[in-house]
Amino acid sequence: MASLTPLLETVALTRTFGGLCAVGAVDFRLHRGEIRAIIGPNGAGKTTLVSMICGRIRPTSGRIVFRGRDITQLPAHARVALGIVYTFQVISVFKRLSIYDNVALPAQRRLMRGLRGRLALRGRAVTERVDAVLGEVGLRGAAGRPAASLPYGHQRLLELAMALALEPEMLVLDEPTQGLASDEIAGLSALLRRIAQEATVLLIEHNMQVVLDLSQRVTVMDGGRIIAEGTPREIEANPEVQRVYLGR
Amino acid sequence: MMEGPVAELGPAAAEERRRPVRALHLAILAALLAAQFVASPFQRSLLARIMVLGAYAAGYNVLVGYTGLMSLGHAMFFAAGMYATGLLTYYAGAGAAAAFAAGLAAGVVVSIVVGVIALRTSGVAFLIVTLMFAQVFYLTALYFNRITGGDQGLILAGRLAPLRLGSLEVPFTDPAVRYNLALGVFAACFLLTLWLVRSPVGRVLIAVRENEERTRMLGYNTFAYKLVALVVSGGLSGMAGGGYTLLFSYLGASFASVLFSIYPLLWTLLGGAGTTIGPLVGTAVMTYLLDLASGVTDSYLIVVGVALVLIAIRFPAGIMGTIRARWARWLP
Repeated sequence: MASLTPLLETVALTRTFGGLCAVGAVDFRLHRGEIRAIIGPNGAGKTTLVSMICGRIRPTSGRIVFRGRDITQLPAHARVALGIVYTFQVISVFKRLSIYDNVALPAQRRLMRGLRGRLALRGRAVTERVDAVLGEVGLRGAAGRPAASLPYGHQRLLELAMALALEPEMLVLDEPTQGLASDEIAGLSALLRRIAQEATVLLIEHNMQVVLDLSQRVTVMDGGRIIAEGTPREIEANPEVQRVYLGR
Repeated sequence: MMEGPVAELGPAAAEERRRPVRALHLAILAALLAAQFVASPFQRSLLARIMVLGAYAAGYNVLVGYTGLMSLGHAMFFAAGMYATGLLTYYAGAGAAAAFAAGLAAGVVVSIVVGVIALRTSGVAFLIVTLMFAQVFYLTALYFNRITGGDQGLILAGRLAPLRLGSLEVPFTDPAVRYNLALGVFAACFLLTLWLVRSPVGRVLIAVRENEERTRMLGYNTFAYKLVALVVSGGLSGMAGGGYTLLFSYLGASFASVLFSIYPLLWTLLGGAGTTIGPLVGTAVMTYLLDLASGVTDSYLIVVGVALVLIAIRFPAGIMGTIRARWARWLP
């Protein structure tokens, strides 16, 4: 696997905030089809790293290569068009808009080609796509209601539906299970496993049970650097990781 | 899982299509068309003014109501249209159609230039930057008062070729002509905004208003969409300015002053920002209120102030916004 060109590669990726080095010279590789978890204590640089990968934050130095193409200078919206899709740590659905509109917005993104596509779309194409995605996450019944009326856990699912509607090649999830009840976490894990059959999944996660359960490989960050990488079993057994992160 | 009964998407979407959105908007235009046959000459003139200014408010609403960008500089776009149309007529003897097209073009060009710079900011900063640009425009119009007529303005009467309908020649200031041309200008803005906000682009604009960062992370170049909104808004404002000049045979720097940037804000907020019908309703209510107040007191601008305060405290959603929230969620 390591001999193949990775789907995503960062080269000496660095971001400093004033004097603070949030991410320092990180070389990170992710292969197509993986479910990869990034773990690490608060302030380890996880969110900064994925934010640079998605284009929300500009790196101070270093390069990001996606599918063999240098995307370091590409704005965030153009990276979405390449298939890099991000879901927020804090739920940020459009609360005042209907659930339908929340999903129609990303769903129409791929259909809007050229001037004509921007001004008029076949409503049916968007509706079918929204319907399919809402069905996938189990929210089909609620399309007409405002997103704010959904309970917290369902807003998480809506967030995921919005990401799926973009047909991601690489789905980046920032703490997707945060604030969910245990049965909701089980449902989300099952959903992520299904998604991973078509997309590469990169998730930041604090819940070790989810990490061990879902991911094929785990990357451990601390102090802006990658301190370990391996299978969940290897990571569990790594004394350095235990010292820094698991606190054993 | 979900509380309460919920509708399936299919029927919900079908129901959406049955809602009489298009019929309602056409009915409003039909009512305006019919009103000229029952209104007194004074009312007819007032309605013509309301329709042209309502077109201006509709343009303003595209930016403020649907895209969430608060501008205090729209008088610049309105006046750009006014000066382009008026000065071409006054000095070059341009025909009405060409002058009107120039007014629209002026609104578009000015909004592109201002937008590329001002849209680097957002929120209060955007409001201030647009205000500053508009003040520069206003002061420039005053500075060149030998050409623009400054505060006094210019009167076009006698310089504008009358409208020819076959062998019939009628001046633009003929009440019937004025009324129907005003209706035409308003209808164009009204239907264009209705269509725009229900188009895929409109959905993106609304998303920008609700949460720009999220919209960007769904793959939309939000700067480009905001620029489109500003140019549509500025273009419609310029068109309204050009129309105003033709129909009322006057142009003057007072239309470029900050008061004329505050008016569309007031009309839009009163009628309901982010509703297609709100700008017309707000313009009409405010115009009639001012008309009543000016019969009672000279300091009628106090009505403007009181209205703004009341809206801010009691009806942040405006008239049509409140109606939509309470009774008709389907209103665009």
